[in-house]
Amino acid sequence: GGMLALAVLLLLLAAGPGRAAAGPGRDALREELLLSPLPNGDVAATFQFRTRWDADLPRGAVSHYRLFPKALGQLVAALGVRELHLTLTQGFWRTQAWGQPPLQAPSGAELWVWFQPTVTDVDKAWKELSNILSGIFCASLNFIDATNTVTPTASFKPLGLANGTDHDLLRYAVLPREVVCTENLTPWKKLLPCGSKAGLAVLLKAERLFHSSYHSQAVHIRPICRDASCLAVSWELRQTLTVVFDTFSSGQGKKDWSLFKMFSRTLTDACPLASQSKVYVDISPKNKEKELLEVTPPPTSVYEATVQGDKRTYAVYDLLSPSLFNTSRSLNVQFKWKRPEDSSEMPIPILHAQRYVSGYGLQTGEISTLIYNTHPYRAFPVILLETVPWYLRLYVHTLTIITKGKENKPSYIHYQPAQDRRRPHLLEMLIQLPANSNTKISIQFERALLKWTEYPPDPNHGFYVSSSVLSALVPSITAMKDVDVEESPLFTSLFPSADGSSYFVRLYTEPLLVNLPTPDFSMPYNVICLTCTVVAVCYGSFYNLLTRTFHVEEPSRGGLAKRLANIIRKFRGVPPL
Amino acid sequence: MAATESGASWVRAAATLLLGCCGAALTSSVQDQAEQFFRSGHTNNWAVLVCTSRFWFNYRHVANTLSVYRSVKRLGIPDSHIVLMLADDMACNPRNPKPATVFSHKNMELNVYGDDVEVDYRSYEVTVENFLRVLTGRIPPSTPRSKRLLSDDRSNILIYMTGHGGNGFLKFQDSEEITNVELADAFEQMWQKRRYNELLFIIDTCQGASMYERFYSPNIMALASSQVGEDSLSHQPDLAIGVHLMDRYTFYVLEFLEEIHPASQTNMNDLFQVCPKSLCVSTPGHRTDLFRRDPQSVLITDFFGSVRKVEITRETISLDRDIPGFESKLPKDELATEPLKYAEQLPVAQIIHQKPKQKDWHPPGGFILGLWALIIIVFFKAYGIKHMKHVF
Repeated sequence: GGMLALAVLLLLLAAGPGRAAAGPGRDALREELLLSPLPNGDVAATFQFRTRWDADLPRGAVSHYRLFPKALGQLVAALGVRELHLTLTQGFWRTQAWGQPPLQAPSGAELWVWFQPTVTDVDKAWKELSNILSGIFCASLNFIDATNTVTPTASFKPLGLANGTDHDLLRYAVLPREVVCTENLTPWKKLLPCGSKAGLAVLLKAERLFHSSYHSQAVHIRPICRDASCLAVSWELRQTLTVVFDTFSSGQGKKDWSLFKMFSRTLTDACPLASQSKVYVDISPKNKEKELLEVTPPPTSVYEATVQGDKRTYAVYDLLSPSLFNTSRSLNVQFKWKRPEDSSEMPIPILHAQRYVSGYGLQTGEISTLIYNTHPYRAFPVILLETVPWYLRLYVHTLTIITKGKENKPSYIHYQPAQDRRRPHLLEMLIQLPANSNTKISIQFERALLKWTEYPPDPNHGFYVSSSVLSALVPSITAMKDVDVEESPLFTSLFPSADGSSYFVRLYTEPLLVNLPTPDFSMPYNVICLTCTVVAVCYGSFYNLLTRTFHVEEPSRGGLAKRLANIIRKFRGVPPL
Repeated sequence: MAATESGASWVRAAATLLLGCCGAALTSSVQDQAEQFFRSGHTNNWAVLVCTSRFWFNYRHVANTLSVYRSVKRLGIPDSHIVLMLADDMACNPRNPKPATVFSHKNMELNVYGDDVEVDYRSYEVTVENFLRVLTGRIPPSTPRSKRLLSDDRSNILIYMTGHGGNGFLKFQDSEEITNVELADAFEQMWQKRRYNELLFIIDTCQGASMYERFYSPNIMALASSQVGEDSLSHQPDLAIGVHLMDRYTFYVLEFLEEIHPASQTNMNDLFQVCPKSLCVSTPGHRTDLFRRDPQSVLITDFFGSVRKVEITRETISLDRDIPGFESKLPKDELATEPLKYAEQLPVAQIIHQKPKQKDWHPPGGFILGLWALIIIVFFKAYGIKHMKHVF
């Protein structure tokens, strides 16, 4: 008995230092950085900070916040939020040059929220939520109102635990005009447990992050399974930041990269509050050849996984392992290309899409979406969600979906027409994409004339139409093993996967910029018109009064044209001129 | 007799001593009171910094506002007490060759944007209505705290405005204007609601002095960069960025403020001397007749810095390391009876067979009713009334 107790005690002590999850706070932080070189020479860096809290937020009166930020915890508890996803993005992910994105977001600000079933007035809670978030993140999210909010009926299923999906509890809004700058990064960094003082967040310097072609930061809150049996709920907060540095393709630098060149900082230690802190570098060989990429210093381990249907190899640097900082105080991961890569082979993603506006003039136009399925033999369905503002009046009878020259009828279509100044158009369709095909969806619209007070201060810039959303279960070439969420890296576990044969992907198209008929607001033009009219009328009348004289005029016989016209009129029986 | 005389002299000496003491005490208390009269009685500081211009070529107005923001933060006012309104985004503008920076000196010497900036009202939110709502406090209930001016009757407020203006108005974002009468009335509302103790109003626009002509509430001091009929000029362009970086008046005010630290004793008279006509080309003006104290005794840090009241104590305060019974206060988590699961992301079968959402039933409108009435009338006119029994 005594020996058994001693053995148990020893075991507990041995297991102690490994995990920081125990303790009265019952929360844990994992941080991760994924560096992936992209096919055209650019580098994508994805930071993920995940705080998991084993508490039941909505029910318990929680007052002690340790790693989980209090601002977000109180928000979730007070407004009955079940899931919250907020992204702020600058730039656009170029799928054809960079490949399939791990996690894409539309340009501007996107907010979608699932509320708890106990919330009675969802619209009121939505409005309060967007106002509170606009204060926390210094973004103009208070412009989210009924004119740009929609309730999707098939897309945006919950990413966390759900025991029912009543779409009345879902709200989705995008602000495509929203700018992302340091004032949005600063409060995002302040939500991290270590701030920007230790760990991976020291690399987040605004001057380098915004000098890039794609910058996206996001906050995701959702309930997850506490353990494998999934009988209790934990709350997960993920803060992700994706940035693509394009120094090579814009001709300003070489293809070899290092952390110092990208971020002008190096890593010195892990966040002391983190239970796991790792850097993953994608060193997957292309075309089944030996490695083209060399990373220094040598990684602590190598990890292989199937991500998005591809077998990938990663070099892992574990910042918590004592051997990493033995030789030098700072970690500067460098990668060099072993031989110049022939630029011919750029892997084409299985699903990608484009959208554009066509037409001429300021009256009508056409929105066309092109979806490409490049899988050689598998067909799969995709849900397309389009939100169009009310001032572009869509004509649904002109909606055409053409695949391989023939018409393609969607299996499910939901259209909610817009009401002027009250709600936008919502178009949701489930379309089957045959293997190796292009699908073109086009719809015509007419532009409305706004009231003069509704124009923004810069109306000649144009008006934005937010990105369309494509949600699909893409069949994967290699079967994916089901792995434990806690053991696998964070970038593989955002979307819950049902089976290993396909992976879920959510793509966004480009936002559109459309000109509306705009009156000329310039003051000098109006003043000149008015003044000239007044002057012409007054001065002209006086001039006529003073100088005009009347004479009697003899009627003339008229010219040749008049005589011909009179002959024709005589034939018609009409009195002559 | 000698005893009484000595006694009387003692009494007299004591009396004079006492009187002397009282006199000294009185004068010191009077002096205290007088000093109190010259010292400001504020307990907190607020700043409202507004840039009203949009478009890339108005970069200098954003740089002006950010320089004042920077100085005010450096001297102690926290972000929670600053309402910063920028009408356009210059730092992450696609035309900015150095993203996430806003420079005030050419050759990119000083980045006034910094790494720790919180803009409360940005882009299209900077309107005359929002500005007046912030000042007067009549704000919709769902506005977050960082967007409110939560001042009280012991707050000193600094209001800085810059942009394009004219005689009696200031242009907001190229589409609307605020007049000096509206501004004066807003300040009067603030006075009547006791939303400020003292107010310093600085404006850097063309013909800026016209904006403070109409003030009529007490305890307001105003500074402007130019008189009526004069234009405020910009300072220097930067050839790499391609626009003018700062306005002259604010440039010299920034240089002046860089020398102030939280314990400075510099007063307002020095601020009035900043930027004489030789440097500024326009004539800066100021107005102090509504202000109760003498500008000589008003410290710069009364408005640009932040008051912190510190109480020193010599007692020992012990902090409990363990709060007993803490674990037991946490509610026990309810375990579900069967495992919870994640939702399916794309349930194709469920989506296809989804019933369309039942819309609320509305009674048919007038047109439909009229149409049906017409059909029925025509029917019975054509076929006669005896067919009614087939219908009912």
